[in-house]
Amino acid sequence: MDRRDFLKRSILLGAAAGAAQTIGSFSNIFATERTLTPKGYDLVAIKGGEPQAMFDKAMESFGGMKSFVKKGQTVVLKPNIGWDVSAERAGNTNPLLVKQIIKHCFNAGAKDVYVFDHTCDDWKRSYSDSGIESAVKDAGGKIVSGASEGYYHDVEVKSGSTLKNAKVHELILNSDVFINVPVLKQHGSAGITIGMKNLMGIVWDRRFWHQNGLHQCIADFASFRKPNLTIVDAYNVMKRNGPKGVSKEDVITMKSLIISRDIVAADAAAAKLFGTEPEKVDYIRIANQMKLGVMDLNKLSINRIIM
Amino acid sequence: MGHLKKVRIGVSLLFFILFTVIYLDLSGLAVQKLYNYLTYLQFIPSIIKLLSVINIMASGFVVVILFTFLFGRVYCSSVCPMGTLQDIISFISKKLNNKKYYELKKGYGILRYSVLAGAIISLFTGSIILINFLDPFSNSGKIFTNLFRPVLILVNNFAAFGLGKFNVYWLYPVEIRGMSYTAIGFSLIVLGTVGFMSYTRGRLFCNSICPVGTVLGIMSKYSFFRIGIDKDNCISCNLCEKVCKAGCIDKKNKIIHIDRCVSCYNCFEVCPKGGIGYSNSLWNGEKIKPATVNNKRRELISKTFLYVIGLSTISLGQIKIIPKKLSKIANIKKNAVCPPGSRSIAHFTSNCTACHLCVSGCPTQVLQPSLWEYGFTGILQPHMDYKASFCNQECVICGQVCPTGAILPLTINEKKLTQIGKVNFIKENCIVETERTECGACSEHCPTKAVQMVPYKNLHLPEIKNEYCIGCGACEFACPVRPYKAIFVDGNEIHQKAKKRVEGKIEQKVDLKSDFPF
Repeated sequence: MDRRDFLKRSILLGAAAGAAQTIGSFSNIFATERTLTPKGYDLVAIKGGEPQAMFDKAMESFGGMKSFVKKGQTVVLKPNIGWDVSAERAGNTNPLLVKQIIKHCFNAGAKDVYVFDHTCDDWKRSYSDSGIESAVKDAGGKIVSGASEGYYHDVEVKSGSTLKNAKVHELILNSDVFINVPVLKQHGSAGITIGMKNLMGIVWDRRFWHQNGLHQCIADFASFRKPNLTIVDAYNVMKRNGPKGVSKEDVITMKSLIISRDIVAADAAAAKLFGTEPEKVDYIRIANQMKLGVMDLNKLSINRIIM
Repeated sequence: MGHLKKVRIGVSLLFFILFTVIYLDLSGLAVQKLYNYLTYLQFIPSIIKLLSVINIMASGFVVVILFTFLFGRVYCSSVCPMGTLQDIISFISKKLNNKKYYELKKGYGILRYSVLAGAIISLFTGSIILINFLDPFSNSGKIFTNLFRPVLILVNNFAAFGLGKFNVYWLYPVEIRGMSYTAIGFSLIVLGTVGFMSYTRGRLFCNSICPVGTVLGIMSKYSFFRIGIDKDNCISCNLCEKVCKAGCIDKKNKIIHIDRCVSCYNCFEVCPKGGIGYSNSLWNGEKIKPATVNNKRRELISKTFLYVIGLSTISLGQIKIIPKKLSKIANIKKNAVCPPGSRSIAHFTSNCTACHLCVSGCPTQVLQPSLWEYGFTGILQPHMDYKASFCNQECVICGQVCPTGAILPLTINEKKLTQIGKVNFIKENCIVETERTECGACSEHCPTKAVQMVPYKNLHLPEIKNEYCIGCGACEFACPVRPYKAIFVDGNEIHQKAKKRVEGKIEQKVDLKSDFPF
């Protein structure tokens, strides 16, 4: 934590919680302390560190994973594992980040942590070659297939204007906490892919989306079940030939991470990081209009951390 | 020598279990790790491999021949999966019917030698179709891939979804992506025929139709150690004839028709006098004259085969998908797509025995048994079916496991530049044009970016660069347009080399200490 960051946090905490908060370690003797805790930041952006360290640091701003995961709850993690490429090519979410998230979930008392994706390439090879399968197993999580229609169940997308129905993986429907872990990258069809686009990996029939206006469908579906947390991996970022990439030449190292409860805000911030204005990405603009989240970053309280 | 039977049973079960595990392991690991132990000694695949590529790994049939000249048809009783499958069926038949016993049968010399001659002639006239239909290893592969594997998948999926209800996910369901009714039908016919023959008459198939049985039968007539009856010790109890599943023991004359004997050693064990065993052919065996073949008849049959094959090769490699209802533009494919490593359609179709090891080993299930895609003579040989799936860029399993050399092994880097077909784009079918909406599914899936989205009327339209295309079919598979795709792969008759995509470094400085852009 640098000085500026410290000051920012102090000011915010101080303003929200008042003098009680400044007592520090003594504050926990007051039974009412919890209610005095500020709602916290809308979004945290961090850069300059390794994936695990950045995640540890960023989560402090939200009061740790326990703010999202309660004891005994089940968690489902949806990284991007769409492609059979090695981790360095950044076609998939960084396995080190995935591993760290799972650890935090278990530390917060999670009963089970499930991880899956409806991949584009062969799922078994994508799971293993991305390094995510072993990362999940190492951390004690459970890696689950997303490759069978039987796991997907019909749901209604009530606020959808084009996409009214979808078949969604049962882990999304059954788990207590849903954490969306996209990787930021260039995307041939959608311009860039971040949090909302990543949700295409929890539905079965993606063909409909391509046939009926990709951007509107992406925004529509974001209204179905908003993730409790969206964690955007921007450690290695694919700048061209996305979403799969051709070689590691397509990738630059940005060492960044964005976390928010608001999937639209996370996408907007990540888009800026990528070098694109959020309103120029159709699905972000549409989702903002549909009031699924806030695209205007000036309206949010953001903690910016440089490690 | 009674213990030889136990050895034979042990070895045959070992091979059969290996075969079963390799063909049925749904995780796909077994085939990658163990294929060589299974395929090395398979007679016909090994010969084809030597014909298709000079390779030390193609020496398996020499070992088989060596063993045959030493001990007779041990391949038939120990290594051949079809042989063991028949033994299992005969065993069940015996269990169900206690009184069942075998007796001496007449040989089917004419049938045997005609089938063999036909298969060899067809092979040397450039068509492998009769071998495809007759090779016991390849037919076992077809049965396991097209009949047993789908059944196992159904059972597996039932269990996997059941466990899923209890949040147990270590067992996962497997999607069946393609269903070849031709292959299922053919496998059923083979299993039905061989099953019936073995249920009623033991190893009848091996001694009437199987070309491997015939070839090894001829060789076993000259084997060094030969099974025979010790006439001085024989008490004419007939026990040996009753257990001989090949029906080759002549109790009256106390001789064994060695060309039909599959070296199962059942008679060794059952003889109360220990009077049946191997003897050395040079000083105490009996010389048996090779059977004579009616040459005129063979000529007639071989000419018929030639004629049939000549006619059928005309259609080789020509397929057309004919429009059905919606009159958009059909995908006209000049050639089927054969798997990477198979060099050309000609190389592939003349060396593939349709054992379907690649079909069951293919992780994406893009390899499917063909119907007319290679023409009639290529029936059941696998082709790249982009309706079912597409080829994974990082995978080279089919070339590794192919026992005949029809698909030759490639390194990942070679494979990434092997162009098995070329992409074709039909703008009039594309939904960017017809529906005026963004799509890009084809470009998204393209591993080499031979298909890229370029600006078009405020949208993005696919643009194809064939020199980068490897023909993996990802674009065709992903294209959401029906019934005719807007983008499809037409096979290369001879595989070519794709151009390697070279792009410069990305000119973007990342300042890790500067502020965020928001």
